[in-house]
Order: sequence, then structure tokens, then C-alpha cells
Amino acid sequence: MRLISFAIDYVRYILKGSTKYYAWMGFLSVLIAGMMYVFYLQNTEGLIVTGMTSQIHDGLYFANLVFLVGVAAGAVTIVFPAYVYHHDGMHKVTVLGEMLAISAVIMVNLFVLAHMGRPDRLWHMIPFIGIYNFPHSMLGWDVLVLVGYLVLNFICGFYYLYIKYVGGEVNKRFFMPLVFISIVWALSIHTVTAFLIATMPARPMWFHSMMPIRFIATAFAAGPCLIILAFLIIRKNTKMWVEDSAIRLLATIITWCLGIALFLTMSEIVVEFYARTEHANGLYYLMFGLHGLTGLVPWFWTSLTLMVVAFVMFLIPAVRNNNRLLPVPCVMAFSGIWIEKGMGLIVPGFIPSPIGEVTEYYPTFVEWLMTIGIWAAGFFILTILFKGAIGILQGEVRYAGKPATVAE
Amino acid sequence: MSIDKRPLGEPALPASADPAQAVPKATRRDFLKAGGMLSLSSLMGTAALMAQTDDAKATIEWAEHFQKNYRLMSDEEKNEARIRLERRHSAEYGRKVTVDISGAQPGVLMGYALNVRKCIGCRRCVKACVEENNQSRGSRPGERIEWIQVLRMERGEFSEERMNHGYPEGLGIQVGGNAYTPVGQVLEGQFHYTPEAVPEKDATYMPIACMQCEKPPCVKVCPVRTTYREADGPVVIDYNWCIGCRMCMGACPYWARRMNVTKPVLPKDEMNPVTHYLGNRPRMRGVVEKCHWCLQRTRQGRYPACVEVCPVGARKFGNLLDPDSEVSLILARKNVFRLKAELNTFPKFFYFYD
Repeated sequence: MRLISFAIDYVRYILKGSTKYYAWMGFLSVLIAGMMYVFYLQNTEGLIVTGMTSQIHDGLYFANLVFLVGVAAGAVTIVFPAYVYHHDGMHKVTVLGEMLAISAVIMVNLFVLAHMGRPDRLWHMIPFIGIYNFPHSMLGWDVLVLVGYLVLNFICGFYYLYIKYVGGEVNKRFFMPLVFISIVWALSIHTVTAFLIATMPARPMWFHSMMPIRFIATAFAAGPCLIILAFLIIRKNTKMWVEDSAIRLLATIITWCLGIALFLTMSEIVVEFYARTEHANGLYYLMFGLHGLTGLVPWFWTSLTLMVVAFVMFLIPAVRNNNRLLPVPCVMAFSGIWIEKGMGLIVPGFIPSPIGEVTEYYPTFVEWLMTIGIWAAGFFILTILFKGAIGILQGEVRYAGKPATVAE
Repeated sequence: MSIDKRPLGEPALPASADPAQAVPKATRRDFLKAGGMLSLSSLMGTAALMAQTDDAKATIEWAEHFQKNYRLMSDEEKNEARIRLERRHSAEYGRKVTVDISGAQPGVLMGYALNVRKCIGCRRCVKACVEENNQSRGSRPGERIEWIQVLRMERGEFSEERMNHGYPEGLGIQVGGNAYTPVGQVLEGQFHYTPEAVPEKDATYMPIACMQCEKPPCVKVCPVRTTYREADGPVVIDYNWCIGCRMCMGACPYWARRMNVTKPVLPKDEMNPVTHYLGNRPRMRGVVEKCHWCLQRTRQGRYPACVEVCPVGARKFGNLLDPDSEVSLILARKNVFRLKAELNTFPKFFYFYD
């Protein structure tokens, strides 16, 4: 009964909002409509409307998929300090991290649908109804960990919100084990995504064991960047106050992880180019171009510049501790990693092809529209989840007018 | 069984942009557009089917959509699937199309050997393969699918005038030489070559296609087990079960797999009506395809099309378990090698020279 009233009150609360809220949601809806149209195109005309070919068959969608798994995993940078180090500032906003993870995983799933040649046959993967090639298929593992992460975050996040709503105490014997499982699980989602492409000797660009740790380092830099931006926006636009200590800790985590990520990039470049075997052709294509084809060269150098400058800015305490300047390196690092882990990693894996053909990939308008649309859908969901969560945390939504306890 | 010649409506999937394929009548796509472009059902490939279940064609497709993975079907279900496909394809291509479902024969393990010395790079095999196996042959990028690629490789040379060039340049001390040009099977092979005549003086040729590995990386990565090794050797795909995720294409070290990025362009008069379920039957949009050693021929005791057409006899095919077969004799007597043997894929496609 209380659960039903929770659902009703929650929906009621997220439907109400200022003009700014409606304008924002309306804007996102337009982009989502565009996405649905190109999805229709892709499933009638076929993937020919994209820039993908038999040679470069993973493009912008796969790139975003990989990146967003990292953003989802990045949510653990809030949950971990909150529950393992009992960081007070973080504890108050943990649930926001879980909401971010939920929307990021949903975006990942939308990119999976966009990527597939036959999304209408997705049921072939459902165990018992279809065939689930487990444990052989790495994609099978990826689906397992992603779905598991979505469910874990959904349960943890909404159980916590429900308890706040009815004004009770969290049942720690039920809640804490789930939290710790979700912390480990966050690492697993990005590790498995790295394994997905790193287990293919056919693609020398990806075939190295550094991939998982590099994925995690970049994820724990990019994820918190987005979280800091979200926190600053929340502080400005809602009644909720995110403590400075939480933002400071996230900035520190970004600094460390960005440094490690740059170190790993440097290691890869040295190892590949010192010997300069044919297996380094993909990386060479990315950095300098191959046979006069230089499509990704500007992407790479833009990404590297953004990451290095952001890293230097994060190193300077006057910037790191200044909430007015902080968004600048956050946006830079976020976009730098988006390029590095997306287009800069996925596409050169196919150039040259295993038999040596060098061609280029340019995303089409359809692909950009789809990508922007899916991001819009993600932000649509994120806005709703944040609004609902903040309403409950602030005590604006509570069971039958009972005074809500403030977040513990 | 008598083939129903009654036209069964429009093609299942919207016609491609190819003018040759354009259909003047109202197509199912228009119907869907009229019905609301963004309705949830139109996002699913099944929408058209649900809209017209009384249509015989739709009934066929409905059943086809919900059939099992081929390997798990009972003999009866396989036969039903065969009849469904024969009816649909016969109507679509306006001729009697047969779909063979014969399985592997005991005691047969197919193997292939190619004499790299003999190959002249004429690419008749490529052409014969496309015609035999109903590959897409359109003009837009991605509509043209070839399973065999003939790589042209430079002969390479060491030149006297470059002898004093060193690596790195300008240091005065040579660490390595620069008197070479690339040669042989390198990661920068080339299959786009347009010579006036073959063989060319400065080149050798290396045809490649699916290696039908005994330990195929593509099979391991498939999330739905739609691609698998048949008991007589070839690695096949159930096109009706493929979800188009393309993991197999990423995993293949020989770039043997192709994606149907749109409905394959297959003119009615060029369609080969003798097909096999796991072989050359017409594919649909959004699925992966590859060489299957012409199952529709080899299961009936014939040679693959590429073997038959090769003008210099470079291509040999046979039963690896029969010690007297050509392939077994080549393995026993010639110098043979496998491509990228270091990857432990154990191809059943061998190269040799005499």
C-alpha cells in the first residue's frame, strides 16, 4: 500500500516543474523523436544509412557504448567513499550516483539497440527462450554484468529513496551487502567491456592486457567529471546543497585517475612505436595517418591536448578548489576521454583491416542524430531520476505528510 | 511438393534504393509510414507481419520469425522451415527455388588447398562465388559483397642505389638499412588492383576467404550461437537466428565475414535457385554472411564453384579423412602452410607450392 502511494507521489512530483524544467524536457523530447526516426530508418533501409561497412563495422554507436559503460562505472566514485570511508559529504548524495548509473546503463542499452543489425531478434539472446552463449561469448558476459548493475543500482537507489519516503530506518542487513556487491560489480562492468574488445587477436590495436585498467582509469576520471558538473547544476538550480567536501574529493579522484590514464597512453605509445611492427599500424593511423588517410589524426591530438591541459589544471589547487573554474577542466577531460575511448579506440581497431586494407570511417548524419538522441534520452531519464531523488531527500515528497528524516 | 506460384505480396523488407529494385505499387513501407512512423510497433521488424496476418506471406514470415536455431530443430521442423523458405523465395524470385537441408555425411571432413605458385590473380573465383552464392551485387557502398579476396602482393626488391641509406637517417652510423621495399604477405595487402592483364610481372597473388577454422574465434564470440561448425567441417551461419551484433566480424583474423547493411541486391534473373539452408539461400538485411564451401554443391558430391572455375587448377578440395583425396595427398607430399598459424585457429584451408 505504501509502495503504491510512493509510486503515485513520485510520479506526481516529477510531472510538476518550473517552465525551465518543461522547456528542458521538451527540448530533449525533440531530440528523442529524431532518434526514433533514424532508428526506424535503420531498421527499414538497414545500416547502409550509417557510415559503417563490412570493414569498419563498429563505429560511433559502439564508441559511445564503451564510453558510457565507463560513466556508469564511475558512479562508484561516490558510493565507495560514502560506504567504505564513511565520507559524510558523499553519503548525503550517494543516491544521486546510483541514479546516474541507472541512466548511463540505459543509454548503453539504447546504443546496443542502435548498433545491432537485427534488434527485432534480440530475444534470441534471452536464456531458455533463445540461446545464451554463456560462458563462451564475452558479449554474453557483458550483457550479464550490465543488466546486473542496472538491477543492483535500481534496488539500492529506490530502496533507499523509499525508506526516506516512508521515514523509516534502512535495514542494513539487507542494504549493505547489496551496496558492497554493487561496488565490486561496477568494476566488473568496465573490465568485461574491455575484455570484449581486448580478447580479439585479430585486432592488434586492442589486443593487450592493459585495456581493462586503462578503461577503469579513464572511467573514474570521466564519470566524476560528469558528476561534478551535475552537482554544481543541482546546487544552483535546486534546494539541495551538495557539500564542498564531496566535490573536492571527486576532483582529487579525477586528478589521480587522469594522471594514470595519461601514463598508460604514454606506455602504449612507447611500446608500440619503439618496435614499430605491423601491429602498430592502427595506432600509427590514429596518431599520424596511414597512406595519406588522416581522418582520425585531429581527433587524437584534440583528445590528448584536452586531457593534458585538464590534468595540469586539476593539478593546480587554485583551480581544483575553485567551483567557478572547476567546470572547465571537467568538460575538457570529459570530452577528451570521450574521444580517446570512443572514436580514438574503436575505429583504428579496424584500420588497417586484418588483411591490410586501409579505408576510413565517417559517421553519417543519421549516426550523429541517433547518438545525440540517445544522449538526450539519457539526460531525460537522468533529470527525472535526479528530480525525484532530490524531492525525497529534501523531504518535499513524503508518506502521508509524515515529517521525513533528512538523509542520514 | 508443389510450389505455390501465387504472388505472395511485396518483398519482406523494403526495397532498396536501387532503381532496379524499386516497386511502383504501394509498398509495405508506405503502409507503415501512413500508419504512424513513430509508433512503437513500427520500430519492430515484426510490425508489418502483425498488421496483415491473414496474408499468406505474412504467415510464413511470422513463423519464420519465431523459428528456433536451425541446429536445435527437429527433422520435422527443419522440413517445415525448408518448405516455408522455398515458398517465399519461389514467389519472390519468380522461379522454383529449392532449399537443401541435407546434413553432414559421416566420415567426411572437408578440406581445401590452394597453390599460391599457380594463382594468376584473375579473380574468376571471386566472380563465380558471387554468382553461385547469391551475394549482393549493388552499386552503393556496402551493397557489393564478395567472400573471396585476392590480395596482390609486391615482389619487393633490394636496390643498390639505396644501399648507403641507413636507419635512422643522418646519424652517420647505420643501425639498419633502407635498401628494401615491402614484400609478401604484410598487413598492408591490397585487393583493389586493376591490371591490364594478369599475371603481372611484379606481383604475386594470395587469395583468401573463410579458412573454416577448427578453432574458430568467430564461433566462440557469437552471443546466440548462430554461427557454428558443422560436423563435416565448414563453419556456417543460421541467417534467421543472427542478431547482427558483428562480434564475429571483429574476431575473424582473416576478414572473412560480411555484413548485409541493407537488403541484398539480387536481380531475379541472376538468382541461383539451387540453395542450401546453411549455404547460399538469399540472405536478409542486417545479418552476417561468409563462405561455407558451397554446401549446396559439396554436400551433393560436387566441387565448390571457385574450385570448378579456377583456370589454372590452383584450387583443390576434398575429404581430409580420405587418404586418397587430392587434399590429403597435398598435405602428405607438398610444403603446406596456414595463414596466421600463430593465432591457433587451425584452418582447414591450406596454402602450398610445388
